[in-house]
Amino acid sequence: MITLIDYKAGNLTSVRKAFTFLGQESVVTEDPECVRNAEALVLPGVGHFCTTERLASSGVRDAVLEAISRGTPFLGICVGMQWQFAGSTEAPETKGLALFEGSCERFKTELKVPHVGWNQIRRTAHGQQSRLLRDIPDGSYVYFTHSYRAPVVEGVAAVTDYGETFAASVERENVFGVQFHPEKSGDTGLRILKNFCDYTSERSAR
Amino acid sequence: MSMETASTGITKRIIACLDVTHGRVVKGVQFVDLVDAGDPAELAHLHASSGADEIVLLDITATSDARPILIDVVRRTARQLFVPFTVGGGVRSLEDAAALFDAGADKISINSAAIKSPEIITRIAERFGSQAVIVAVDAKRKPSAEDTVAAEVYLAGGRTATGLDAVAWAREAESRGAGEILLTSMDCDGTRNGFDCGLTAAVATAVSIPVIASGGAGTGRHFVDVFKGGCADAALAASIFHFGIHDVRELKAELQREGIPVRLPC
Repeated sequence: MITLIDYKAGNLTSVRKAFTFLGQESVVTEDPECVRNAEALVLPGVGHFCTTERLASSGVRDAVLEAISRGTPFLGICVGMQWQFAGSTEAPETKGLALFEGSCERFKTELKVPHVGWNQIRRTAHGQQSRLLRDIPDGSYVYFTHSYRAPVVEGVAAVTDYGETFAASVERENVFGVQFHPEKSGDTGLRILKNFCDYTSERSAR
Repeated sequence: MSMETASTGITKRIIACLDVTHGRVVKGVQFVDLVDAGDPAELAHLHASSGADEIVLLDITATSDARPILIDVVRRTARQLFVPFTVGGGVRSLEDAAALFDAGADKISINSAAIKSPEIITRIAERFGSQAVIVAVDAKRKPSAEDTVAAEVYLAGGRTATGLDAVAWAREAESRGAGEILLTSMDCDGTRNGFDCGLTAAVATAVSIPVIASGGAGTGRHFVDVFKGGCADAALAASIFHFGIHDVRELKAELQREGIPVRLPC
């Protein structure tokens, strides 16, 4: 059972539909207790970084940290991945989880911002063993829509180029993040979500 | 294609549009003479599996009939669609938008309501993010001096002239929080004689958000022209896809041969 964290910002419907399509049961919650006891956690997200403020005030943030420390699989999507970094210049007062080094910043490019559309990912050296990106060839196209991007630091599993090179995916032990929207990235995205489901069931079977 | 050769990486998007009225997909010429083209959910799925990068569903008579958009059609279409899905037509309020997002839309497209009360753009963008707000601009050329582009914005599905200039309105929409502009040339729509590249370029270079060109697609060459000369970030078409005249993958292969980055294989 996948627990989708609702914080009244992300478009949960699309992510949930994708899990349903994959035959994976899911539940939506904003209750810290449910988050703490989840088998696996997904934090979808679109929009402004400040929306994650709600996660701190509701106690979900602490529950997520506790679950992660116990090994619960955790996938952050878009703003959900950015939240795994220290913060974002989009909302300097809002703290991220600081599971990965550095903060998210607005694209520094002459190209159009937001970065909207299908772009390619390629694995870093660290990402060669990625469980989330298993069987996803380098150069695969996924769908992005964002104005802020995370830096390429330790733990980044895949990168994308848009005027500069930024983090498309992060992975460390049971923590996974994708800047793009797997639920909107056709067969490639569904495969990535299935990889997360497979990792979750392997872990639960242990 | 090697990653290292891609300067920006981002691809030009091919968007399949479903013009819907009373739950059925229809196609008209210059906004009139509608003929039936099929079921929205079936067609959306067909287009996505044949390589379309996005699907747009427009309820083209919701505004003129003064009725809400058909939520159940949106829900049914979204159910097994795993590419970006935009819905428009008859979005008048934040509540209308919220209902569409809840039904599975990733973005909403607003047109008439945004012209009548532009603050709705900001309200929806603040709640759901700019990436979820497309402002649709239906524009018709006016006589203009050589080397300049003048086009007037129309509302209610091309029925009512507003006096607004298309470029100025696109800029205002951007400043109010729109994430993309969907620009339809009323002169070219349904003609299959090509996009209005001049108008598209005028808008695309005036704003810093992506511009989707619409109206006039007939051949692969038209897409090449609107991406090159028209500076479009995406191009939308309806009838050429519905009736199978154009295979999206074939179209993309043609664009790739012309050096335009596209999502292939898809």
